[in-house]
Amino acid sequence: MGIELDVKSFDNALKILSKKYKIFAPVRLKGKGSFSDTDLVTYGEISSYKDIELSEKSRYSPKEVIYPITQTLFYFTEDEYKEPEIDDKGIIVFLRPCDANSYLKLDNIFLKNGPYEDNYYKRLRDKVKFFVIECTKGFSTCFCVSTGSNKFLDYDVFFRFDNDKITCDVKNDEFSYAFSGKEVEFTPEFIEKNEIEVKLPDIDKISQNLEYVFNHELWDEYTKRCIACGRCTVSCPTCSCFSMQDIFYKDNPKCGERRRVWASCMVDGFTDVAGGHSYRQKYGERMRFKVMHKIYDYKKRFGTTMCVGCGRCDDVCPEYISFIKIVSKVTDAVDRGESK
Amino acid sequence: MILDIDTKLLKKNAYRVTKQRGITALRIRVPGGHLNIKYFDIIKEVAEKYGNGTVHITTRQGFEIPGISMEKIDEINELISPIIRGLKDEGVQIEDEEGGYPAAGTRNVSACIGNRVCPFANYDTTALALKIEKLIYPNDYHVKIAVTGCPNDCIKAHMQDIGIIGQVEPIYDPSRCIGCQACVKNCKRRVTGALTFENFKVVRDPNRCISCGECILKCPTSAWTRGEKYYRIVIMGRTGKKNPRLAQTFIEWADEESVLKIIKNMYDFIDKYIDKTLDKEHVGYIVDREGFKKFKEEVLKDVKLPKKAKVANHIDYTGYRYERNTIYD
Repeated sequence: MGIELDVKSFDNALKILSKKYKIFAPVRLKGKGSFSDTDLVTYGEISSYKDIELSEKSRYSPKEVIYPITQTLFYFTEDEYKEPEIDDKGIIVFLRPCDANSYLKLDNIFLKNGPYEDNYYKRLRDKVKFFVIECTKGFSTCFCVSTGSNKFLDYDVFFRFDNDKITCDVKNDEFSYAFSGKEVEFTPEFIEKNEIEVKLPDIDKISQNLEYVFNHELWDEYTKRCIACGRCTVSCPTCSCFSMQDIFYKDNPKCGERRRVWASCMVDGFTDVAGGHSYRQKYGERMRFKVMHKIYDYKKRFGTTMCVGCGRCDDVCPEYISFIKIVSKVTDAVDRGESK
Repeated sequence: MILDIDTKLLKKNAYRVTKQRGITALRIRVPGGHLNIKYFDIIKEVAEKYGNGTVHITTRQGFEIPGISMEKIDEINELISPIIRGLKDEGVQIEDEEGGYPAAGTRNVSACIGNRVCPFANYDTTALALKIEKLIYPNDYHVKIAVTGCPNDCIKAHMQDIGIIGQVEPIYDPSRCIGCQACVKNCKRRVTGALTFENFKVVRDPNRCISCGECILKCPTSAWTRGEKYYRIVIMGRTGKKNPRLAQTFIEWADEESVLKIIKNMYDFIDKYIDKTLDKEHVGYIVDREGFKKFKEEVLKDVKLPKKAKVANHIDYTGYRYERNTIYD
């Protein structure tokens, strides 16, 4: 069963929830696009229905809600250190199934990758309540069905936004108090077919032909085309690499803080090591590293494809490089390579 | 055949006296360098029927149709009336639609392609050019204005009496910066090196920054975003025979309202100080004669500049003069 809401009762629910939660959703920031007179659609805090932007895919993903770009891990002075406090409030995120699935992918990296859980991630992640936005059409670069990220059933509340008619399924009883309206038949729907279908490579086949894929000429093209700007990794909901920075305050270098800040395997400096050496200097090699992590290495380790098929990397690439096309090329190469 | 033609009126009508007796050429204004394609049919018809079947694209982004017989001017003016009406519909004050162009002294306002197409442009140059056209045309005073989207200055605003250059105030959110230094490297390589990297974040030197917006374009995380739009006004650039030179910055961080008011005021300045004994006098020569201080006083009358605005105290024009003692090989 679902509950039918009008905008007023939806806004009222947000008002009630905002007492205990910070509420995030895709929003439109007027004039904040890179180009003049364009908007930026990204994740931000909302307080009403009109704040939510549903007509366009957000440029950045909701990962920054639980994994901020810059995160202070602790402040230090001569002989003391202190972790920063975090907000007491819970976190509600309105997101589409692909992005909801991306949180599960991040969980593998931060919580299930080795003996320790990442506490900084965990303390924000534990607060998250999934308010899933029904998505049955997607956008022109979406391929979530191919990556198996088109469905997300473990939601707290599920929403269908049909113009100003809102229907929701409150799965988590914790939220029943906030939503009141007419009860209606309601079965959440998920997208069953994207405009784009991508055949992912068989990872066993890659494992058997690793050298072949690693050295394949298909990567050379990207040494020429890619500019190593890192837009694809920044917009990716599953990229999770970071660097550490120790800051000594200018006025008093005895105090400072340690931060972790997003890093990108596409950008210069990512592989710098002591002695001044670095790896993967060719951009094609960086592309290989990124793509293979998304469709091969991660799956080998965690049993699920890292990429959720949101298509943001294709949307944001200033050089019109298509990740989707690369994946297809890899699949083709692997299939052909094996038959050799 | 008797040819009795008032050449002064002919010139004001946007025709010209050519080297061939009795033959003229018509200049079609294209404000902002942007024209509805429907007018091409008219230009084509004039060129084919009255001209020599060719058209010249002028340096100010207009069309010049050569090879026209002076006797046909009235017919042509009637034929081009839809183009004149088009200007009128945009808000340009023209009384007689059938009489051709009412003035030619104030030249076509040219513009780079602007932010309707170009990723670097900081504003809609075509729209601003049209606003300026409405403000200053028709007018006989000899003035050249061009507007350009960013300090790349593709339209060559630096060669105009008034050049308008788009500025954007870049706003930096350090919490979104991943320290990739794309902005720092680019600013150093392609702009003025206004950005440095300190303590893993970017520091902008406002005195070096020319507010082009490249940092915003290069930023993968939108740590740099767009603040308010502003305009830099450069003045008294020119070619010509007397001391050709690049325009110099008069005002930085002006808003659109101030830009328009300053341009309007410049016409009052010309009106006041032009040498009326001459047939015509180019605004640049008037400013040279009367001095920058007087010009500044006149054009800033009742202009409310934004707080951020900076006005040049003094301008040193260099350029070159032909009478100097150049030593040739």
